[in-house]
Amino acid sequence: MDLTVVWAFIIAFAVFAYVVMDGFDLGIGILFPTFQPGRERDRAMNSIAPVWDGNETWLVLGGGGLFAAFPLAYAVILPATYPLIIAMLLGLVFRGVAFEYRWRDPAHQKFWDVAFSGGSFVAALAQGMTLGALLQGIDVVDRAYAGSWFDWLTPYTLLTGFGTVAGYALLGAAWLIWKLDGDEQAHARKLAIRWGAATIVLMGAVSLYNIALNAEYADRWLTAPEIYYVAPVPILTAIVAISMLRAIRTERNSKPFWLGIALFFLGMSGLGVTIWPYAVPESVTIWEAAVPYRSQAFMLVGVALTMPLIIAYTAWAYWVFRGKVGHEGYH
Amino acid sequence: MLENLDALLLARIQFAFTVSFHFFFPAFSIGLASYLMVLEGLWLTTGRHVYLDLFKYWLKIFAIAFAMGVVSGIVMSYQFGTNWSVFSDKAGPVIGPLMAYEVLTAFFLEAGFLGVMLFGMEKVGKKLHFFATFMVALGTFVSAFWILSVNSWMQTPTGYLLGENGQFLPGDSWAAIIFNPSFPYRLVHTVMAAYLTTAFVVGAVGAWHLLKDRANPHARKMFSMAMWMAAIVTPAQIFAGDMHGLNTLEHQPAKVMAMEGHYQSHPDGAPLILFGIPDSETRTVRYAIEIPKMSSLILKHDIDAPLAGLDTVPDDREPPVPILFWSFRIMVGIGFAMLGIGLWSLWGRVRGRLYDMPWLHRAAVLMGPSGFAAVLAGWITTEVGRQPFVIYGLLRTADAASPLDAPAVAASLLAFIIVYFTVFGIGVWYILKLMGKPPHPGEKGVKRGDVGPIRTAGITPGPTQNPGGEETLPTDPQPGSSDKEPA
Repeated sequence: MDLTVVWAFIIAFAVFAYVVMDGFDLGIGILFPTFQPGRERDRAMNSIAPVWDGNETWLVLGGGGLFAAFPLAYAVILPATYPLIIAMLLGLVFRGVAFEYRWRDPAHQKFWDVAFSGGSFVAALAQGMTLGALLQGIDVVDRAYAGSWFDWLTPYTLLTGFGTVAGYALLGAAWLIWKLDGDEQAHARKLAIRWGAATIVLMGAVSLYNIALNAEYADRWLTAPEIYYVAPVPILTAIVAISMLRAIRTERNSKPFWLGIALFFLGMSGLGVTIWPYAVPESVTIWEAAVPYRSQAFMLVGVALTMPLIIAYTAWAYWVFRGKVGHEGYH
Repeated sequence: MLENLDALLLARIQFAFTVSFHFFFPAFSIGLASYLMVLEGLWLTTGRHVYLDLFKYWLKIFAIAFAMGVVSGIVMSYQFGTNWSVFSDKAGPVIGPLMAYEVLTAFFLEAGFLGVMLFGMEKVGKKLHFFATFMVALGTFVSAFWILSVNSWMQTPTGYLLGENGQFLPGDSWAAIIFNPSFPYRLVHTVMAAYLTTAFVVGAVGAWHLLKDRANPHARKMFSMAMWMAAIVTPAQIFAGDMHGLNTLEHQPAKVMAMEGHYQSHPDGAPLILFGIPDSETRTVRYAIEIPKMSSLILKHDIDAPLAGLDTVPDDREPPVPILFWSFRIMVGIGFAMLGIGLWSLWGRVRGRLYDMPWLHRAAVLMGPSGFAAVLAGWITTEVGRQPFVIYGLLRTADAASPLDAPAVAASLLAFIIVYFTVFGIGVWYILKLMGKPPHPGEKGVKRGDVGPIRTAGITPGPTQNPGGEETLPTDPQPGSSDKEPA
């Protein structure tokens, strides 16, 4: 078994877990300005307060895992997207502390609400643009980034950036349909429709742009025999997108959220097909970036032992805080 | 060339700045998580509500400190790649797996159980809640284990091979990498430093409230617990520090020479320089106050033992002496001041007057931040002391940085400075405000009801849980106050 491929899937899983789990947290932050101060904002915030820290840890696994399993990719991508990564980190600083600060300082709660939503928006945009910067290709010479420090800023990366913002907002709204009820649920429903539609349009636009961007990407999606293997991805995406929009209109619980996750899963599968087998498209393959077998094997033992436990106690933490938010205390 | 140098210097300043800021939070939260575990454990075993009140009092502070630690820590995990990409590429196969283990065994553990620890008291029952607290405390320790192993490997690298592509590769044994020569010493010394840091903060808060009301039983309890730590752990820490120093002498002698201010070799017994002004131009310590032969006695356990100086080290392998000379003395000085507080408290305890000694209490308040200063000074000593290398003797710091333009790094450094001072400055202010409130019976936990009726802990329990059942924690057994009252 080629452990490099195994590790590519582990990193992809960590990134996927991060994107959906912190995705809905960040999405709630992005939507925050549309919530009424007071009850609606408090309920939205409280629906994620016990779990956001665990969700964000997947980002550390994604980044730390990339460092550990594909250090060359880590050492190329991060300098290439330097301003984006710094912006993301600072956005996450504001977003993260706002969870505590807004309750500690009622007089400045509005300020921390702005920090919360601004930080979430910046982090989401930066993550999406980093993805775009990766997909559009990075210059590498002698195991190092060889471009300039604004190569990441193009119309394409802006498109992937806003696509990610829209997708996160969709997940956040779908999560709130699940965790809220009454007027606030109705509001979440409206938001989910709007951002769901935006997500689908932007996903389509990014897909078309990908094909135009790079002949190799186009080959992979549009020529036989590959087209037979990859065709199910866009077809399933269309089916999931339609069922999700219908579920958002009627469902009272988790169904829109799960369908939103399915949409993200298909989107990421599409990206996987597009960039495979590169760690840095067109410059570094996963095998060129991989650490030696001994490092891979040692870490794989750790993953095999801890990942089932991590998933179990994470699920438990969600279970403890299950159900609709904040009925108690209302009169 | 000059431009590269500038970018390098800026990247070093940025790393030093962000890691120093970050280090304050774990230094505090490692100790505080354990303290919370002890408090909750004592409450469960003795049933005394003073422990539950103190648990809830400190839990609010922990929540803020932990959030600051998390967000400043994520910055660190990415900064290896953003600013030190050559280092990341070269060292990734060896230290990457250790950091992956840190994420898998520590970060997830802390984060996964933190929500239950902060908000889940009414939901999961006493025993499971204690388990969650224990897991968070364990996570902070495991995190220290792995990251200090990584740091120690960079100080005393062992168990590696050099690859054809310039990478460091793991050798036959991971144990040789993880348990590298300086790791056990650094781990013990750093974890005890974290415990002492927390103990002196707790002691200062207790003392502050004793100065206002020496009958406050909660203030008495926390002050007493902190002073036990000061009296017992400080001597152990001084001993551990001495052992760590001897280990450093063996593996990184130039660092110890700089700490001691020994520009010259001393063939027949080296003096211990207590104070003075190191001058790297003339390679002397001016105005030195020294004890003859004492350094040889401490480092070699023989007053006449020869001790080599920096004259035996090539100039391009010499760490910056004045910084080390001072940071080391600050750390040691604080250590002995802590010992003084510990002994003073023992004397007070023997006389049965621990709570009636305002001068001890004032001194303890003054010493509240001393742990942070000592930790930072110690960290500077060990990190600056391995310069000019990032992997000691093998990879120079100057060769490890990312190919970034100086303006990019200057901009990010400026952004970090502004954001960290504002955001974390405000966080520290919130913590100080919480500390300023006297601990009292019926202390509230981390409740989101302070500004309204909504609480995170108030998410409706599922149908299988009975919020009024026996497993529910008593939120407030004492008359006159209630956890449930809306503000």
